[in-house]
Parts: sequence; C-alpha cells; structure tokens
Amino acid sequence: MSSASPTNLSFVDGFDAAGAALPGAELKWLKTLRQSGFERFNDQGLPSSKLESWKYTRLRSLEDTKFLPVTDEDAVASVDLVPSVLPASDSRTRLVFVNGRMRPELWVDGDLPDGVSVECLRDMLTRGADWTEDYLGKIAHADIGNQALLELNTAMMDSGFVLKVEPGVKVEQLIEVVFIGGLTKHPVAYFPRNLMVLGKGAEATVVKHHVGMGVGAYFANSVSEIDVGEGAILRNYMVQAEAKDATHLSTVHVRVARDATYESFNLALGGRLSRNEVNIRLEGTGAHASLNGAFLMRGSEHCDNTTQIDHLSPHTTSREVFKGVLDDQSRAVFQGRLVVHKGAQKTDGHQLCKTLLLSTGAEIDVKPELEIYADDVKCSHGATTGQIDETALFYLRSRGIPEALARNLLVQSFLGEALDEIKSEEVRQAFTDKVLHWLPAACFLSEEWRGE
Amino acid sequence: MLEIKNLHVSVDGKEILKGLNLSVGAGEMHAIMGPNGSGKSTLSYVIAGREGYDITGGRIVFQGEDLTGMEPEVRAAKGLFLAFQYPVEIPGVPNTTFLKEALNAIRRYRGEDELDAMQFVKMMREKTKELGISDDMLKRAVNAGFSGGEKKRNEILQMAVLKPTLAVLDETDSGLDIDALKIVAEGVNKLRSPDRSMLLITHYQRLLDYIVPDKVHVLAHGKIQRSGGKELAMELEEKGYAEFGEAAA
Repeated sequence: MSSASPTNLSFVDGFDAAGAALPGAELKWLKTLRQSGFERFNDQGLPSSKLESWKYTRLRSLEDTKFLPVTDEDAVASVDLVPSVLPASDSRTRLVFVNGRMRPELWVDGDLPDGVSVECLRDMLTRGADWTEDYLGKIAHADIGNQALLELNTAMMDSGFVLKVEPGVKVEQLIEVVFIGGLTKHPVAYFPRNLMVLGKGAEATVVKHHVGMGVGAYFANSVSEIDVGEGAILRNYMVQAEAKDATHLSTVHVRVARDATYESFNLALGGRLSRNEVNIRLEGTGAHASLNGAFLMRGSEHCDNTTQIDHLSPHTTSREVFKGVLDDQSRAVFQGRLVVHKGAQKTDGHQLCKTLLLSTGAEIDVKPELEIYADDVKCSHGATTGQIDETALFYLRSRGIPEALARNLLVQSFLGEALDEIKSEEVRQAFTDKVLHWLPAACFLSEEWRGE
Repeated sequence: MLEIKNLHVSVDGKEILKGLNLSVGAGEMHAIMGPNGSGKSTLSYVIAGREGYDITGGRIVFQGEDLTGMEPEVRAAKGLFLAFQYPVEIPGVPNTTFLKEALNAIRRYRGEDELDAMQFVKMMREKTKELGISDDMLKRAVNAGFSGGEKKRNEILQMAVLKPTLAVLDETDSGLDIDALKIVAEGVNKLRSPDRSMLLITHYQRLLDYIVPDKVHVLAHGKIQRSGGKELAMELEEKGYAEFGEAAA
C-alpha cells in the first residue's frame, strides 16, 4: 500500500503548517475532530482499487500531481460573470466560492425569511459557532467501509457553507451556491464542508453548481452533512461541471427523520475524474429518499456515482433513477446499494440505472446490490446499457430531421425519464438547458422546446 | 414520379428484392399487395433510405433523380414520406416539437423561410381540424403510449404537415379495428391530390374497400408478379396468394 501513502499528497505533508491557517484553530473540539480525521486518513491513505467500493475508480492520477493549498492570491482570481445554472435574479440568495474561498462581493442577499441562515463555514468556525459541534463529523460516519476521503476533509475542511432552517420555516426561494475552481497558477486542493440542518417541518431547496473556469488541474474534496428533521423536506440539486483536468471527489451523508423527505439530483457534466458518493440513512418511520442523477461524459472523462441507502425503520421508501450518456472513451461507474435493516418492514425501494453508449470506446460498470434483513418489503433494481435505437433514428430522419439533430433528440428523450424526477419546475428547466448545451452545438434545438 | 427499374436489394447478404419494376405517375394511387415475406417492407424501407438495405442492382428514380445513396432526411426534403407500419415511440419529445423541427428542417433544405411559433401553431390547428384529430395528441410525446389507431393517425397527420409528393404507406391497416381503419382511410383520402402520388403497401384487401387504388400490383418472391386494376385485389381476396407462391416455388 506504499503507493497510497498520504505523504504523496503534498498538501497533507504540510498539514501542520496549514493547520494554523485553517479556520477555527482555537476551537478545542474542532482541533480534536481534525486530529482524528488526520490520523484516520493517515492510517488508510487514499482508497486503493483493491477496495471493493473503489474497484472501478482509481485515484493514482492524484498522486502524480503536486497540489498546493489555496493561497490568498488564488482566492481573489477575477470572476467577471458568475457561471450560474439558474437565470439571474436579485431575489435569490447566492453564495459564491472561488477555489474554496467565499467571495463576499459576489454574494447576493435574497432576503431570506426569518429562521433561515446561509453562511460560510469558515466565518462560522472563526466566530466559534458552537452549535455546529453537534453536527460536524456526527452525521457522517464510517460504518460503511472506507471513508478516507471523509477523514481527509475532516482534517482539512477550510470552506463550504452552512444552511440552517428553523422548525416550521418553509423557504420558497431557491438557494444557490456556486463553487468555482481553476484560475490558479499551480494545481490547488481545497476541502469544502457543507452542513445543512432542517428543523421539524422545515422546507428548503438548494442548487449547487460546481464549475471549472480556465484550464489547469485542481482537486476538490467536498463533504456534505445533511440532517433532515421530522416531516421536513430538503431538495438538494447539483450540477457538476468541473474543468477538463479537475478532480472532484464528493461525499454526502444524509439522515432523514420520521416522515421527512430528501430529494436530490446530481447532473454530472465534466471533469477528468469525478465521484459522488451518497449515503442516506432513512432513520424514522415514513422517511423518503429520492436519489436521482444523470451523467454525460465525453473525451476520457471518468464519472462515478456510488450510493447507499439504509432503510432503518418501517414504511420507509426510496427511489433512485440514474441515466448516463457516454461518448468517446469516457467511463462511468454506478454502484447502488440498498440495505433494508432488521425491522424495517414495509420498506419500498426501487433503483434504476440506464446507460446509453454513443461510442464503442465508452464503458460503464454497474453494480447494484440489495441487502435485505426484513421479510415484508418491496425492493427492485434494474440496469440496462444500450446504444441509440437505429429504428428511432431512421424514423426521425425519414421526417427530414438531420442525423445530428435526430441523435440529440434521442439522447434528450433518453434523459427525460431522469430529469422528470426533479420536482422543482425551475430547476428542471435549468438542468434541461444544461443538457442541451452539452449536446453537440451544431444542432441546437430552438428555445420553444421547453414551453411546448 | 417514381420509376423503379430492375431493383435488387439485399439485407444482411440475403437477396430480398430480385428485379422489381414499378412505375407510379403523378397523382396516382398504387397498391402493392403480397404475402408475408414477399419483400413489401423491404421495398418501403429502401425507397425511404434505411441503412442496411443495400441496392445491389437496378435503381430507384424519384422525380428524375436517382435515390441511391441519398440520406433519408434529404429524401424527405425532396418530397418523400414513409408512413411506418410500426411508428416509433419517442418519450419526452413533444409531438409539436418533433413536427416543427421536421418541417423547418425540410424548409431550410429547400431554401424556404422557417415557420415561427405563431405560424406553426396556426397551421397545425388547420391540419388537426381538417383531419379531425384532437389537439391533445400534439402535446403528448411522439407516439408514447398511443393506441394503435392513434399512432397511425399521427402518421397521417405528419403526412399532412410535411406535404410529400410521394407517400409510401407501409401496412397502414395493420393492427387496426374496422372503426380505426375507416378513420385512417378517410385521412388518406383527404390527402389525395393531383400532385401527390401514393404507394399503399398491404397484405389484406380490406383497406382497398376504403381507399380505391388506380392500380394494384402483386409482389411475391421479390418481384411484381402481376399488375392490374382494382379488380385484381378482389381476385386475391377470393383466391389468396397461393397461385403466386406455387408459381415461384
């Protein structure tokens, strides 16, 4: 395992030096938390492909790059226009991070109702916001195999946002968070840690945009810890459009209380290497998770969606729909694990992953797993891989539609089933636009596509 | 309008059409009848330009132009239309979007102005009214969840919008009950005109009770075995295709 030694990562080598610069250095509990993260990461090193859950995604390329911590200079890179997924709006709260640092001048204060706060984690830790002690490192857990990347983030967490919604408060507006990477002279690494806490009966929708600007390599190791209180609803949407040479490894841990709903959609559109690992614990009776996504890859991009949903209580439900479109030599991985624990009777869990291969060089590895320890449950999974339907293609062309546009229409048709899972109309349209922009530009569809 | 001369077509190396000759004049309605496996669908696909249908001999000339090697979308732009035996379902793509993209692609090819949203909607309203089709069908995804009759009516609607000079109707009657058949036949009859030829491909005579052809051809074993007037269809109804099966065996 010497190849996985953390000393190959220069930014970890400089942990002590960086330690003083990390936010909240004077908080004792945080110091302990960081230390334990550091030690556990040191013990494990970067996950190797010998691990079952990392069989198809190799991190060796990370060890060949000398990443440096983000400097003040990196963080003030000029951003003329914030690359937003959503149409511009003054009445929508927006936070913008550049290479992991919050940029106050790009902040849009959307006049959030009382009882809702969105803040930069760095500021909160610097101020010593003690309530976060009850959540940070407490929602995320390592009971599910290797969590070295979580540990690394715990040791290094230097940015990210904290959303807190008090009980009973329903936030109508979308809350947008933009993470811009790139624009640095050297490869940099940064470690966003996001925390979302929704009180009983609260409701909120978050749209995250991870986007690369300029060229060059960077490494984003992000972690989100999410607590959805009793009867609360959180919609957590993400577009991942990192730069061509970027690596983005994301770990999400969610716990969902009684009668609460967690809905997410991850639209992955880029990056040399990306992995989104989501672990959801349906803890209370009647808890529901809807975990969906689409991945569109080309060139030699690699995208990994690894999910685990734990049904821990009776009458919990989950639905998972992932759709992938792979061109050129791109590769994707889908690992979906569904565990029904003892006593979680009347669980209803369904999982589906469908992939469209646009080239013979593209490849997908799909690994669905069902683990059931209760006897009165309804669970299913399905996975298919195929090519563009030649009959459908001929049908469209026989009506006069040029081949390239016909192919686009069929890709769009294929992705529709996943995009339809997005409950927010505004977000669904915005994400559909993103998909349209990904498609070969020569044959764009007219705008009316959406309205009709 | 359409001249097919000594056409030989192979699919996966197997010869299906073996020297087929056919001539369809402007505004004429021809019926091609034949037993299963006689090459009826192959004929419709090869006219429309589907991949995998290789012309190994002879040619198809449409309005004086050899179609060999021409892309299907270019054929459509030049005025060719194929109504499918099994129209394809395309979930997530609204019927109107599909029709508008198709029509405007054809207009672009011909150097005509594209229709804007208003003009298109107005035109669609006229067409659906003319054919007695509900607007609801336009909003739905292309053929997705359509009944057999709805799918065939949608094909007729597409023909009405794209206004081809030659329409090939492949087994338009298949899978339809008698009421649906009447509706579809009525639509086809409405679209007959002196500058539109039609080639009706069918196994059964019953469609010809509602659509009266100018000529009837019997296709068997990859060739036109006999041609005649509409009375030939009646004869087939009585005697079946046995005569042609044995003749070529």
